[in-house]
Amino acid sequence: MSGGRPAGLGDQLLLPDRGPRLAPWLIGVLMFVTVLVGAAGLALANSARLVAAGAEQRWSVQLAGGARTADPLAATVRKVPGVVEATPVPEAEIRSLLAQWLGPDLARSSALPLPALVDVTLAPGVSPAPLRQTLARQAPNARLLSYPEQLGPLLDNLRLLQGIAFALVLLMAGASAAAVMLATRSAYDAHRGTIEVLHGIGATDRQLGALFQRRMTREALIGGTIGAILGLSLILLTLLVTGAFFSIAANGPALRPLDIVVLGLLPIAGAILARLVARGTIKRALRATL
Amino acid sequence: MRVERGDRSVSGAGAIVEFDSVGLRYGTGAEVLKDLDFRLMAGGFTYLTGPSGAGKTSLMKLLYLAQAPTRGRIRLFGEELSDAPREAMPAFRRRIGVVFQDFRLVRHLSAFDNVALPLRIAGRPEAEIATSVRELLDWVGLADRAAAPPPTLSGGEQQRVAIARAVVAHPELLVADEPTGNVDADMAKRLLHLFESLNRLGTTILVATHDLSLIAATKGAQLMRLEGGRLVDPTGALKHPPLRPGVS
Repeated sequence: MSGGRPAGLGDQLLLPDRGPRLAPWLIGVLMFVTVLVGAAGLALANSARLVAAGAEQRWSVQLAGGARTADPLAATVRKVPGVVEATPVPEAEIRSLLAQWLGPDLARSSALPLPALVDVTLAPGVSPAPLRQTLARQAPNARLLSYPEQLGPLLDNLRLLQGIAFALVLLMAGASAAAVMLATRSAYDAHRGTIEVLHGIGATDRQLGALFQRRMTREALIGGTIGAILGLSLILLTLLVTGAFFSIAANGPALRPLDIVVLGLLPIAGAILARLVARGTIKRALRATL
Repeated sequence: MRVERGDRSVSGAGAIVEFDSVGLRYGTGAEVLKDLDFRLMAGGFTYLTGPSGAGKTSLMKLLYLAQAPTRGRIRLFGEELSDAPREAMPAFRRRIGVVFQDFRLVRHLSAFDNVALPLRIAGRPEAEIATSVRELLDWVGLADRAAAPPPTLSGGEQQRVAIARAVVAHPELLVADEPTGNVDADMAKRLLHLFESLNRLGTTILVATHDLSLIAATKGAQLMRLEGGRLVDPTGALKHPPLRPGVS
């Protein structure tokens, strides 16, 4: 009680409610789920990006006539301006691919007519028009297929799942906000007598709101941190056991270090959300008074 | 009927409270206060009496801004309340000290912290708070109970803490609802002396009480009587209020 600094309304004005405090537990569970769903959403986003990046500027040329025509076809394609790479797909690889659908016996059968396949990579920003014109002149029966078009449905599905994951994260945030709102309202009702006294002797809405804001922010931070630690631990455990979580796409990690940082910051975002919700709830409750 | 309370000659200031055709009803019920029309002059000392249910507490609520009138006009400290935004109300309230009939102490805070509340709300430095609160607790005879929470205090002690809290910030208007209801005659005298001291320092005081001895002991205090929600003037004294010679 000494010193010259201005006094404030301390936390001691509001006693902890009797009985178990449910808000931190509820927020902890919601944060645990949010971290997992958020991680899934980020992994899907990363996978979609990697798949799209891998397919960009990649084309496939098909020509009926068997694998023996693949090398001359590749040589023709390589001469087209803007073609970075043209690689004939070995017959064995084509048969191996077909075996997944037709079975090994039929796939190995010499009676099965196989097309010549050439994988083509164009330089970034180069139009496929010259390639199309060359093929029309020199191999009119050849078909030019775009990787991105072929992968379109897959990418659409990945993006849909990613959207669902982020919608779930927002849903969790909404549920957390509702939990904070109920907890704040309950705390307000429990301390209504004290609030009326403080209000009656000149406390501002801001001062009264701050009492609840501090409390709800602390509870959200505690519950959220525990939930996030458990969620991140489960993700890391999954990585250690299966390696699957971090390597959905073969050409890159599904979760980057930045994603882990974002997930680790979720409790802070939750605490800020709790603070705002508590402030709004108290403001609304006090608005009913003079 | 317009009546003026207080003594212009004491403060030299104008009305600190003005009620103009004020009425109050709760919800859709009958009016509990009707056509209240009065002024409390700055520096005045006024008693409010009347039978139970006459509307004394409702009038007090209007004065300490716990309730808005359903009709009429109230001016406080020279400002029209109906024009004031909600955000301005805390500043008005900080100029008013209130002694509630049921004390309304914060149960889990010590007597010291209860008394310190108005100063903390006003953002005063802790050093100033400590000095003011200790001085006042000493004055009401509770210096040795500063650390005690209200549930461990007797009714009279709680009432003294409530009074100390009401006056600690030196309000311009002190509104007290039965402030001596739970204290012995000796403490009642001390509290009256405290009110009179504050009044001499310029605080306008309105005390709701049934205690006729208190009224009689306060020289020159004005009297307002409520009956059935209206101000009545059975003696004619309200129409022709005596000049208050000052409280000794």
